[in-house]
Amino acid sequence: MTFFGPGHGACPGCGLTIATRNVLEALEGKCFVSNSTGCLEIISSQYERSAWGVPYIHSLFENAAAVAAGIELALKALKRTDEGKIVVFAGDGATADIGVGPLSGMLDRNHDVIYICLDNEAYQNTGNQQSGLTPLGSNTTTMPAGELYPGKIGRKKDMVSIAVAHGIPYVATSSVAFYSDIRRKVKKAAEIEGAKYIQIHTPCVTGWGIDGKQTIPSAKLAFETALYPIVEYENGKLIRVRKIKERKPVEEYLKIQRRFRHLFTHPKGQEIIRELQRIADDNAARFNLDV
Amino acid sequence: MRKVIRGFYAVAHAVKLSKPSVIAAYPITPQTEIVENLAKMYSNGELKDCQYVTAESEFGAASILVGASATGARTFTATCSQGLVLMSEVLLNAAGMRLPIVLVNTNRALSAPLSIWNDHQDSMLLRDGGLIQIHVETNQEAHDMVPLAFKVAENPKVMLPFMLNMDGFKLTHAYEPVDLLDEEHVDKFLPPYEPPVKMTTENPLTFGCYAPPHCYMEFRVALQNAMERAKGVLEKAYREWTEVIGRDWGGHVVADYADDAELMVVSMGSLTGMVRDVIRELREEGKKVGLLKIRTFRPFPDKEIRDALINANKILVFERAVSFGHEGPVGIEVKSALFGLSPEFYSYAVGLGGRDVPREEIVKMITDVYDGRVEQGFHFGGVKPFEEVIT
Repeated sequence: MTFFGPGHGACPGCGLTIATRNVLEALEGKCFVSNSTGCLEIISSQYERSAWGVPYIHSLFENAAAVAAGIELALKALKRTDEGKIVVFAGDGATADIGVGPLSGMLDRNHDVIYICLDNEAYQNTGNQQSGLTPLGSNTTTMPAGELYPGKIGRKKDMVSIAVAHGIPYVATSSVAFYSDIRRKVKKAAEIEGAKYIQIHTPCVTGWGIDGKQTIPSAKLAFETALYPIVEYENGKLIRVRKIKERKPVEEYLKIQRRFRHLFTHPKGQEIIRELQRIADDNAARFNLDV
Repeated sequence: MRKVIRGFYAVAHAVKLSKPSVIAAYPITPQTEIVENLAKMYSNGELKDCQYVTAESEFGAASILVGASATGARTFTATCSQGLVLMSEVLLNAAGMRLPIVLVNTNRALSAPLSIWNDHQDSMLLRDGGLIQIHVETNQEAHDMVPLAFKVAENPKVMLPFMLNMDGFKLTHAYEPVDLLDEEHVDKFLPPYEPPVKMTTENPLTFGCYAPPHCYMEFRVALQNAMERAKGVLEKAYREWTEVIGRDWGGHVVADYADDAELMVVSMGSLTGMVRDVIRELREEGKKVGLLKIRTFRPFPDKEIRDALINANKILVFERAVSFGHEGPVGIEVKSALFGLSPEFYSYAVGLGGRDVPREEIVKMITDVYDGRVEQGFHFGGVKPFEEVIT
């Protein structure tokens, strides 16, 4: 039995499964998984077809962090903490929107839990609806690019800063473009007692409108344009960033994805692209990303 | 040990003796002092091998218990009203996942308008949710039913959440003499929790799977079967309580004067004590009235209720909630138990949002029905004249 799969129903090229497998392997399968409702849950936990080789629970959309806290308390009370680490897998909507209350509670109480936000930047399980982590200008079904509006209005919620503000010992971002980075961070998180928040960029082939072969290249471009900075905080202090050798203009990332294609023709598209470039420049300056 | 204590402490002390592993709590009036008492015990080191946590909401508290219960812990929380509504998504989920979480609901009205006072509108909302529900009349009964709730919920034939309902303020804040249980007796009655399955890395299982149409329905049939089995398990536990502890609270229902009563009055919760007193007095006056106290509300004891009411010409139900657009929920249920019989049927919703229910009002409602002075059907009792603003 492997820790995850075979037999899951993810699309070819799915970013979530790459991230999930690497997290579980980094923990050598010694973990309890609490999973929110969403893509990962649906593709892996059908009755009689579970793809999970580790103890796994799915309760609701918005409570995976609280369920994980409960597992932690039970293991403590029953003196079974040696059995393994506790990991949450939750999507960006479950994390930043509907489940932000229970997540905040779990972080605030500093439960010994590794919270993994699998960030594919929209409610992709149900077909690309806008979430708090959807980036500016992205075309979703609940805020589609129309004659008047150019997709999402407003920027991607800064969940990383929100997590840091809870004063938890470890916060990081990562990307499926750099699986060894995922593994290193998860292993490090496992060594730290208390709440850990790791947000992993996981492209969605259907929602983003990319080919299955483009998952890793597009994740890499998100990093190389500084739209998705890869950073690491310990005890509230930024301790490490992944440096960008030759930063690319955001257009290179935007043009390969269907969700941003309208920006190149929409009357307000150029304005949005300029704003996205400004966000990327800000990220580069804020985290000192350029070599 | 007999002590004069408040309802909160009666519950908290019984919870302590039941040795839960995880307690998750969020404050809400009139429940708060239950978890405050538990918090004090925790802080003083009186809760052995127990983790107590204050959640960020009732939703969070119930969710914490889902994780803890699935990991094999005995779990407890208390809530009511808006808190119960906020918990409801989780509690229904816990029922489907067959997690034996025990909660005490200190029945309180629902908003709007905001009311912190007692009625049964909150628990009635979860009528169809797959939770075992009982109602208690006194703080002694609340105290005694806590260990019983764990025993029944955790029975491998049952494995369902258990909601013990006690009237907010009427019981929670009331000082009553309570015979406090001791560890020896509770240990004799309630064994440690041995979950049939649990989350463990030794044998990794998937909990909370999703079920497409080809297998969903069987899970729901299994839930219904568990509720049916819970009837027998509860009945047995009620009897065993009497054997081990010596106090007899009766079964799913308790009937007085059912053999020859022309009018049977149905009541649930703390109102029952006064209704019983009124009925005794009316008996002394020669009126053939009787009482049916409903203790178990889910699973619904339809056969026991039918047996107790079968001889009466008239039934009167005191409701503490309304199914708006229909009538009182207990009346609806009792009528379903009487299907095929045709007694005259009356119900009164009383004491909504903590409205006082004076003794003379109970006397009047019962005698009005007994003497044929009111029409059959659903009524409100104790409502003052008012004008609705309709524009």
